[in-house]
Amino acid sequence: MTTLVETETLDLAARFPGSAAVDTRPGYSGWIVNKDRLVEVATALRDEFGYDLLSHVTGVDYFPDKMEVVYNAYKTTGGPGVLFKVQVPRLDPIEVPSVTPIWPGAEFQEREIWDLYGIKFTNHPDLRRILMWEGFEGHPLRKDWHEPFYEEDFKPLKSRWPDGKYVSAEDKNPYKDNLQFPQNFDPAKVTLDGEAPLYDTLQKYTTVDAGIKTDHIIVNMGPQHPSTHGVFRAAVVLDGETIVSLKPVMGYLHRNHEKIGERNTFLQNMPYTDRLDYFNSMSNNWGYSLAVEKLMNIKVAERAEYLRVIMAELSRIQNHLILIGMLLNDLGAYFTPALYAFEERELILDIFEATSGTRMMCNYHRFGGVSRDLPEGVLEKIRGLVEDRLPRKADEFDRLLTENEIFISRMKGVKVIDGEDAIKYSVTGPVLRAAGIPYDVRRAQPYGIYDRFDFDVALRHGGDLYDNYLIRLDEIRQSIRILQQAVKQIPDGPINSQKPQYQVRVPAGEAYGRIEAPKGELGYYVISTGKPNPWRYHVRAPSFMNITALEKMCVGKKIADFVVILGVLDIVLGELDR
Amino acid sequence: MYGKGIIKGLGVTLKHFVDTYLDDIQWWGRRYYKTGGIAHRSSKDTRGIFTVQYPEEKLPVPEEFRYVPFLVYDEGADGKKEVRCTSCGICAKVCPPQCIWIVRSNDPQTGRPVPEPTEFYIDADICMNCGFCAEYCPFDAIIMDHDYEIASYQRNVFNMQKLLKPASYYRSIRPLNYQRNDEERKAKEAAKAAKAEASAS
Repeated sequence: MTTLVETETLDLAARFPGSAAVDTRPGYSGWIVNKDRLVEVATALRDEFGYDLLSHVTGVDYFPDKMEVVYNAYKTTGGPGVLFKVQVPRLDPIEVPSVTPIWPGAEFQEREIWDLYGIKFTNHPDLRRILMWEGFEGHPLRKDWHEPFYEEDFKPLKSRWPDGKYVSAEDKNPYKDNLQFPQNFDPAKVTLDGEAPLYDTLQKYTTVDAGIKTDHIIVNMGPQHPSTHGVFRAAVVLDGETIVSLKPVMGYLHRNHEKIGERNTFLQNMPYTDRLDYFNSMSNNWGYSLAVEKLMNIKVAERAEYLRVIMAELSRIQNHLILIGMLLNDLGAYFTPALYAFEERELILDIFEATSGTRMMCNYHRFGGVSRDLPEGVLEKIRGLVEDRLPRKADEFDRLLTENEIFISRMKGVKVIDGEDAIKYSVTGPVLRAAGIPYDVRRAQPYGIYDRFDFDVALRHGGDLYDNYLIRLDEIRQSIRILQQAVKQIPDGPINSQKPQYQVRVPAGEAYGRIEAPKGELGYYVISTGKPNPWRYHVRAPSFMNITALEKMCVGKKIADFVVILGVLDIVLGELDR
Repeated sequence: MYGKGIIKGLGVTLKHFVDTYLDDIQWWGRRYYKTGGIAHRSSKDTRGIFTVQYPEEKLPVPEEFRYVPFLVYDEGADGKKEVRCTSCGICAKVCPPQCIWIVRSNDPQTGRPVPEPTEFYIDADICMNCGFCAEYCPFDAIIMDHDYEIASYQRNVFNMQKLLKPASYYRSIRPLNYQRNDEERKAKEAAKAAKAEASAS
């Protein structure tokens, strides 16, 4: 039997008598910690018990009586994590002490919880809204918050069948009628703070005496800036060309993925996960199916396990190829490396299309297996790619870029982040490994069948931009190694251990499924109450976590380096803003 | 020597450049007008440019390719359209963005539901092409289409008239799936007939 969120034998109750108790709700695990001693417990977990990496923080609304904040910490040396929760009554103002001083990686996540749940974190350095716009009324993830197009709490909606007379949403809620104003609100009299709170958090305007007379200036990089790979913005204070202070601004692509997810049935969430990190729908699917399979306590069909590995690793290869290509684009090598990278990606997407039906929005996983088997000839094509074409491609990129003197002088020595800080800021994925921390979920806590394959965790020690480039090539080579073994070993057999069901039964409980996505640790925290829809559906998006450290990475560097740092961080806005 | 790395990199670019022309000459510049050229493009030995001059050149889509679904009807005797859909509503229930609208009708005399839907709408602008409806339909009545050129000036809300397509079309775009479904259906019918015979005798 697979355990739910695994917790090793760790006795918090003995260490903190009266302040920590085992979570005894059926299907739940971990600890419930007293709010007043949260900071103490968190410090002890980090310093005494060695849980140095805070994986994610999230809120849960147990409407109508309480709110919960869930923390999940892991050891960078591997193994299971510890899940601990703080419960507070659901009465405003809801206040919980912030853990940002202990794990700075919690900063943006706590801002997100404040934004979406309205839980205030005392002692938080900068508690502003993060995803919703300033001036937004309410906290959308609360169960009693309804959007203007609100029809029903849960899908399937009753208006669709059996008496489904078509009405378009715009006809029902024409423009201007879809607005709700808070009580006692007069739009004519309102004065919004606008951008002032954001600029207030930046380092204050000072006159610098550097021999010549010079001032700090504020520059807004984005939201419409080609180097941000989407609609991402950073407000930067510059001293000449040097970055003095920086604040990321996000949420331009926010669609409240988690609210949609809580309205959907369990299966309906699968295609929505494709749209998080749209380069890697195959791995996004995996994280979610892993979490739900843990809840359902089912085994995955053997052949499907191999298909999942093959698809996820192919997707990692094309992600890293595109990253390198686009990084060079950011550096000014206009489109030649990018288009070379697109060639192999095209071949890989052909495989996805032939197998799942779509190039990017694959929707390939089902609980207990995958949706379709490989069509005829596709396995041979994958074999040809991994034995011949892809290794050649990695070598070609090596020849094209690795020794290029201009490239080296631009990349070498510009440190992105060092290992210690990376752990503090919950940075995961290739950026963490390039900083010398060998932490890879495929090895730290193997999921699927990764324990059967022979591969190395790619590791570089410098943590500079050049290492961040090299580690991508290393990872491509390791993925090819895994693929070569997988295509040799793949057995025949059924592709799903379950009968096809459009409405799955998921027992009550919680589960956290995490995988090593190409961008870092991708996790899904799912709570079921036994109903057809998840009560809570949270995505631990690697892009979002990694961006928390952006200020740390950029301060002291040149503004031109910001572009490259953002490039190696490999953010995708679909996942960052959710 | 400083600059060696750059020269090495430029060698790669030069190789790509030469490859493109060699390849172009091989196909007389009309690579993607030919099935052979297109097949070669998706093989592991392909080289040269990948750019396809859409819409003059088009890549064929694989059988599993999915786009906005359509409804299947069998052509009965004297050209009657036998709609496979029984308006059971599974597709409307499983649809993640809830873009399927079905009106099930009742027989005015008996008051019992009639299998065939009176109205069936798919809001193609909301459809996310996930393919769940086709995957979970027990009657193979709703199938994902291959026709992806549906851009229009209006909202794409497809009604029954627009959605219905003959089974022969289904066979032409998805021969393997059609065959598999057909065999399953026949096997089921045969089992049903055998059962009926057994209970009759």
